[in-house]
This record gives sequence, structure tokens and C-alpha cells, in this order.
Amino acid sequence: MRRSVFAASLVATAVMCLGGIAAEHKSFEASAQKKTASTAEVKIDNFSFGPAAITVSVGTTVTWINRDDIPHTVVSTDKVFKSKVLDTDERFSFTFTKPGEYPYFCSIHPKMTGKVVVQ
Amino acid sequence: MAGNTKDEILHDHNHDGIDRRGFLKCMAWAGTGAFCVMQGGVLKSFSMSRIAEMNPGEMKGELSFVQISDSHMGFNKPANQDVAATLKAAVDKISALSTPPEFLLHTGDISHLSKPEEFDGVEQILKSASAKDVFYVPGEHDVLNDDGQQYRERFAKNAQEGGWYSFDKKGVHFMGLVNVMNLKAGGLGTLGHEQLEWLEKDVKHLRSSTPIVVFAHIPLWTVYPDWGWGTEDSAQALAYLKKFGSVTVLNGHIHQTMQKVEGNVTFHTACSTAFPQPKPGEAPSPGPMKVPAEQLRSVLGITDVNYVRGQHALAVVDSSLA
Repeated sequence: MRRSVFAASLVATAVMCLGGIAAEHKSFEASAQKKTASTAEVKIDNFSFGPAAITVSVGTTVTWINRDDIPHTVVSTDKVFKSKVLDTDERFSFTFTKPGEYPYFCSIHPKMTGKVVVQ
Repeated sequence: MAGNTKDEILHDHNHDGIDRRGFLKCMAWAGTGAFCVMQGGVLKSFSMSRIAEMNPGEMKGELSFVQISDSHMGFNKPANQDVAATLKAAVDKISALSTPPEFLLHTGDISHLSKPEEFDGVEQILKSASAKDVFYVPGEHDVLNDDGQQYRERFAKNAQEGGWYSFDKKGVHFMGLVNVMNLKAGGLGTLGHEQLEWLEKDVKHLRSSTPIVVFAHIPLWTVYPDWGWGTEDSAQALAYLKKFGSVTVLNGHIHQTMQKVEGNVTFHTACSTAFPQPKPGEAPSPGPMKVPAEQLRSVLGITDVNYVRGQHALAVVDSSLA
């Protein structure tokens, strides 16, 4: 699964490199590649993750930014990812390579919960 | 500043431009100026401003100690840009007490980010206190990144492996508990099975007349679950303490004073020496509250606890830094 996505990405990248000369039916893959290379942001503010639930495509890098006066962490409930403590304005990024639901929370303030849905 | 216990009375005569009503409201939520005596399980509460008028005998006992909390060394945001100074002020206040306390209890969040220099800073400042022994429990800010290893090496050398411990002083049994580890998503503070088992064994041999003082960072009673101000399995811990006639629970974490009496148990939270936090539900989040600079020290504080042997009385004094 992962390998095929990677292969598709390679094709898509090659297509993009050739720039514009790709056949019409390849443009879908090119746009898919554009989507997979995307980024998303979750802001930590007022002891909450915003947005609390976010849906992204495979390959998206999600970045959390702490805008609170208090340190927080971003820890996957299923131990998929775990940030160090983030002080004010510090960031943590994670790239989601597999589809699925990734619930997470702040291990310091566990009432703070969020979810990343990867499609 | 240090030693001044007449915050409210002074205010009548000060021409400092502080709105008296606003100030008193602030004092009320901070809970500073509350002097409480527990006698036979009944809590008596006195205004701190009345301590000067009180019979000194009411404040004296065979054992007295001071609780400080939430120093957050390393915090430097607008709510308090000099947390070292306010901790020093707390220490000055301790030194000014007419009866020197036997020891200090620090109920956690010693540091803000678990950095060695932050722990060093607090230890250094507390060295100048009149009481030399300091008993700590960790706050969630003290166990960041390393699951509390550094905290335990510094502050819990003689503790159980998980960092909890007990000791006896003049007939009072003290228990320092850890409820900031292995927190679960969506949950509150947690003591955990292992600690609860230890607690049960630890008190089993004690006579029911032994006064018990339990201290931990996160409140062991549910103050406000929406903000995580409570401990999931505290009921189990309290069940093991049921047989005792006098149980006092001292916590920090919520940066304000609250008290509650439930049967034989008196719950008490202390102010922070660093910055105040809002009353439950009165702000979008429990983040640091910025109060006017001239009010800051009135909402930070220390808790002075007196135990009178034989009378089962624990006098809890909350004193502001102002």
C-alpha cells in the first residue's frame, strides 16, 4: 500500500517535472501529488487544539503551534507520534503517511484532545 | 511587605488608587487572608487580617510547617515576569513567622519546563528559608520530557520507585503522592494502581487517631473536571483513609485557595508563588491570569499549617505576599 502510494508519487513528481507536456489523463495524478505534499496547521490556544478535528490526505505534514502562555504537548493516544514539550510559539510537525484516525492529546493537560483523520 | 498580615485593613488608609471593591473581590477568589483551624474534624476559618488580633495560642502547636506551591521557575510571561522575586518574597514571609516552621512542603510545579537551571533556582532560593527541610511532590511541569527521572533524582531520592513516600513528624503521618504521571487522554490526575496499593499498606498499621496529612499536586477532590482539576482515582485513596479521625489534603495546581470539608477530611489548595489562575469556569481556559502589578503579590502566597498535638487540630493559614 505504502509502496504503491510512493510509486504513484514518483510518477506524479516525474509528470510535474516534465511540466505541462504530460498527457491529459495524468493531470489527475499531478493534482493528487500536489495535495499529498500539502501542509496543515493546528493552533494550540486557550488550552485547546484548533481545529480539534482535522481531515488531511496521505502525505500531509501537520504542524502544531503553541500560542498559549503555558507549555503543551502533542501526544498520539496510540503512540504514533509524540512531541517534546512545546513552550509558547514552539512547533511540532508530523507527516502522516498512512490513512486512518489519529486521536491525540496534551499529556500535561489531558483534557485537551484532538484528532487527525488521514484519507 | 513581608510580615504584613493586614491586607484588607491597610487598604482603607492607602491612597494607592486601587479600587477597594475590586481588590477585595480579587482577595476573595485568591482566598488569601483565610486562617483555618480544624478541631476534631470541624474546620474553623478566620480572616488573615484578624491574625494580629488573635490569641497567639490559637496559632501555636507542637508542629508547624509551611506549604508553598507552583513556583513555575522559568515562567516569564506577562502574568509575572519575575517568578524568582515572588518566590523570594514567600521565603521572606516564612522567615518572618513568629513560630519558625519545622519544614516546608512544596506541592509541585517547582519548575516551568523541567529544566535543570529552573530546579536549581528554586533550591537556591529555598536554602535561605528558616526551615531547612523541604518535602516535594511533582507537578506536571516537573516531569516533562523524561517521565520525571530528573525530578526523582533531585527531590525523591528516598521515595518509592514511583516517587511517592511517607514520613512521620511528631505523631503526624505525612504522605507525599504523585498524581501527574501517565495521564490519559481526556482524563484527570492519576495515582495509579501501584501507588494506591502502597498507600493502603502504608497506613494499615497506623492507629485511627493518627492525624494524616496527604499532599499532592493536582487536587484530590474534583474542583472542576472540565479543566482537569481533579484526580481520577482519588476516591480509592480516600477510602483507605476512612478510619482516621483527622485527614488533611493539601494540593496546588489551581493557583488559588479553596477549601472543602467532607466528613473527616479537609481539602485545601494553596496559591501559587508565581501567578494566579482564574476561578473555575470564569475564563475560557485556566491559563495564567494577568492582574495589575500592584495586586499580583496579594494573590500569591504561602500556606502555613499548624498542628496542635492532642487536640487533633490543624490550623491552616493562607497568607498573601502583599
